[in-house]
Amino acid sequence: MATPENKLAFDGGWEYSPAPESTDHIKVEKKYELFIGGDFVKPESGKYFNTINPATEERLSRVALANDADVDKAVKAARKAYRGPWSRMKPADRGKYIYRIARIIQERAREFAAIESLDGGKPIREARDVDVPLASAHFFYYAGWADKLEYAFPGRKVRPMGVAGQIIPWNFPLLMAAWKVAPALACGNTVVLKPAETTPLTAMKLAEVIADAGLPEGVVNIVTGAGDTGSSIVSHPGVDKIAFTGSTEVGRIIQRALAGSKKKYTLELGGKAANIIFADAAIDEAVEGIVNGIFFNQGHVCCAGSRLFVQESVAEQVIRKLKDRMETLIVGDPLDKNTDIGAINSKAQLETIQSYLDIGKQEGADIYQSACALPDKGYWCRPTLFTGVSQSNRVVQEEIFGPVLAIQTFRTFDEAISKANNTPYGLSGGVWTDKGAKIFRMTQSVRAGVVWANTFNKFDPTSPFGGYKESGIGREGGLHGLDAYLRLEA
Amino acid sequence: MSLAAVDTQRKLPDLDRVPRVDEVGVNERVARFQSRSIKKASKVEALRMVLSMIDLTTLEGQDTPGKVRQLCQKAMHLHDSVQGLPHVAAVCVYPTMVSVARKALEGRDIHIASVATAFPSGQAPLNVKLEDTRMAVDQGADEIDMVISRGAFLAGDYAFVFDEIAAIKEACGDAHLKVILETGELGTLDRVRRASVLALHAGADFIKTSTGKIQPAATMQVTLVMLQAIRDYFYDTGRMAGMKPAGGISSAKLAIHYLVMLRETLGNAWMTPEWFRFGASSLANDVLMQIVKQETGVYQSADYFSKD
Repeated sequence: MATPENKLAFDGGWEYSPAPESTDHIKVEKKYELFIGGDFVKPESGKYFNTINPATEERLSRVALANDADVDKAVKAARKAYRGPWSRMKPADRGKYIYRIARIIQERAREFAAIESLDGGKPIREARDVDVPLASAHFFYYAGWADKLEYAFPGRKVRPMGVAGQIIPWNFPLLMAAWKVAPALACGNTVVLKPAETTPLTAMKLAEVIADAGLPEGVVNIVTGAGDTGSSIVSHPGVDKIAFTGSTEVGRIIQRALAGSKKKYTLELGGKAANIIFADAAIDEAVEGIVNGIFFNQGHVCCAGSRLFVQESVAEQVIRKLKDRMETLIVGDPLDKNTDIGAINSKAQLETIQSYLDIGKQEGADIYQSACALPDKGYWCRPTLFTGVSQSNRVVQEEIFGPVLAIQTFRTFDEAISKANNTPYGLSGGVWTDKGAKIFRMTQSVRAGVVWANTFNKFDPTSPFGGYKESGIGREGGLHGLDAYLRLEA
Repeated sequence: MSLAAVDTQRKLPDLDRVPRVDEVGVNERVARFQSRSIKKASKVEALRMVLSMIDLTTLEGQDTPGKVRQLCQKAMHLHDSVQGLPHVAAVCVYPTMVSVARKALEGRDIHIASVATAFPSGQAPLNVKLEDTRMAVDQGADEIDMVISRGAFLAGDYAFVFDEIAAIKEACGDAHLKVILETGELGTLDRVRRASVLALHAGADFIKTSTGKIQPAATMQVTLVMLQAIRDYFYDTGRMAGMKPAGGISSAKLAIHYLVMLRETLGNAWMTPEWFRFGASSLANDVLMQIVKQETGVYQSADYFSKD
C-alpha cells in the first residue's frame, strides 16, 4: 500500500544500536605545554586556554597560550635547527625521519582518529577512514621526495627556504598539519606550526610522534594559541615563509602584513564550489556525490560543493532523492561508528551557520532540513537545503562552512559554466555526466583549482590542491607542493 | 493465451529515460553500507528478521520428494532448541515438487514458491513457459519465480521480454510473480537497471537477482541498483514491489548488510518478508549460529545445526 504522496518512511522500525568507538586506549593529558626545541615547555605568557569537546561542551584539556616571546623562542629554535643539522643533513636521512613519522601515525591511527573526533566533532568514521590515513600518506609521499628534489625540477638547483611559519585550520587538524609539515621537512626547511585554537590536541600528539621519531630538536616546533599567536608568527622577522590555510578574511590580513617583506607565502582560503549535475548523469550516484560534497565533515570543508546546479529537466527528481537520502543521515555522537554528521566545531561556528539560515529565510529561500533528532548538549546543525535561490542570494554567494546547500537549476552548458564561475572564489568544482566530452569541456571552463568528475571530495598526496581568485595563492600537494618550500636557482 | 490478450494497462516504459548507473559510485555506496556497525539489540533483531525473510531453496536435478519433505521440515523447525524463532518465509522448489511441498506444509503459514518458465535458462517457447507456470500454480504454488529471456533482452528486443513477463503474470492468477533478471548474464549495472524497470512495469510483484546457477549471483551492487529501480517505480506509481537477492548470500554478516542497504534505500515499509526475501540454502544455519552466540555468548559447532 502506498504511503501518502508515495513518500518513503525512514523513521522508527529497525534502528541501529549505539556503536561507540572505545576511548580507553587514548590518553589526553590534563594540560599541554608548547613544543619548542624538542621539549615541552611552559609558555612565557603563563596562560592556558580550554579545548572542549563540541559534542558535549566538556573540557578535554588545557593548552598553553603562546605569546610573542614564545613565538620568538620557537622561531629561534627553528632557525638553530635549520642552520645546524637539518638543512645540511643528507637528503636521504631527512627522508628517513619523515618515513618514521608516517609509520608512527599509522601505528597510532586509532588513537589519532579518536582524539580528532573528540576535539573537533567530526564523525569517527571520517577521522578513521579519511583524516588519519591521508595524513600518514602525505608524510610517506613527501618522505620519498626528500632525496629526489633535483629530479622534480630538472636543470634547476634547489635550496630550502629556511624557517616556515605554518598556520592551520580546525576542520582537518592533523591532515592540514601533515599537508604543511611533510613537504616543508622534505625540502629541508624547519617549522613553526600553529594549530587552530579549537583543535590543538592532535597537533600536540603529532609533537609526541615527532619526539618519538627522534627528529633533531627544533626541526618542528608547535605553538598553540589563537589569532594573536598566528599574527605573531606572520610578523616575526625570522620567518622565511608563511603557509596559511583558513578564511579569505584572515588571508587578506596576512597578505597585507607580508606586503613589502621578503617572505614567501602560500594561502589556501575559502570556497563556494559549484557542483553541476547534468540530466545525463548517473542520478543516484550524483545524489551521493551531493551528500559527500556538502555534508562531509559537517560542511566544514573549504572545497565543499556548497552550490548545487541541477539541469532543470531532472531537478525535481534529484531534489526528491536528495531529501530522502538526507533522512537516512545519522546526526549525533561523533564517536559512534554509525554517525554520518557529527558536531559543529565550535559555538562561534554554529552561530555563524545559524545566522546564515536566518539570512536565507529572510531572503525568501525555501529551507528544508532532515527530521533527525539532535542531542541536548553540544553544537549541532541538521543537514539543510535552500531551494528557490539565485546567484544574488547571500547564501549562494558567501561561504557558510556548514552543512548547508544552496540549489539552483540551469538549462544549458554555457549557463552552468557562467553561473559556476560567477563567484569571487575558485577552489573546487564538480561535474556529473555520462559524457566524457562534456567532462573535458567542463574541466577546461571552470575556474577552480580542483574539478572532480563523477565524484567529489577525493584527495591524494600526489595531486596538487589550491585556489583561483580569492580562494588562495600557491599549491599544496604533489610535485607543485614542493615548489612552495624551495628556492629554485638556475 | 496469445500475446494480444495481455493486459493492455501495462505499457513498456521508455528505457532511454532510465537513469544511468555509475559503477564506481555504486561500489562506494555499498562500502558505506558495509561500514555500518550493527551490534547488540539491533543485531539480534536483524538476525531474526533475516530468518523470517529466507526462501529456503532446493533447485537440483537430483531433487526427490524425500529431499523436499526434509527441506519443508527444516522450514518449519529451524532450530527447536531455541524458543520463539521465526519460521522462514517460503520454500522454493521446482514445479514437479510443488505438490510434495504443499502436502508437507499443510496448514502452515509458509509459502510455496516454484521456479517456472523453463528455469534456469528460459530458453523455451512462450506456450511451454505458460504451461509450466499454470502447472505450478495448479499444484498449489503461492509464488512463481520466472526467468526473463536474457537472449532477447541482450539482443535489444525489450518488447518481447516485456510482453512475455506480462503474459506470465496473467498466467499466475493470484500467485505472486517474482521476475529473475539473472544479473550475472546481463553484464552491466546499466542493463540491470533497465531490466528492473522493464520487469516492474510489466507486472512483477518482486524482482530477483539470480537463478543461483550462474556466477556471479546476488551481489550488493546489483541489489542496490534493483532497489533503486523499485524506489523510482514507487515514486512514479505509488506501488510497492519486493526484492529478492538470491545465490551467494551465505553469511549472517552479509545478510545484515543487505538489511542496512534495504533500510537506507527503501525505508521501513519494505523490511518485512512481504517485501524482501533472501534466496538461500545455507544462510539459515549461519544466522542460527549467530543467534545462539548472542544468547549463550559462545559459538557452537556447526554439527549442532541440522543440515537438510
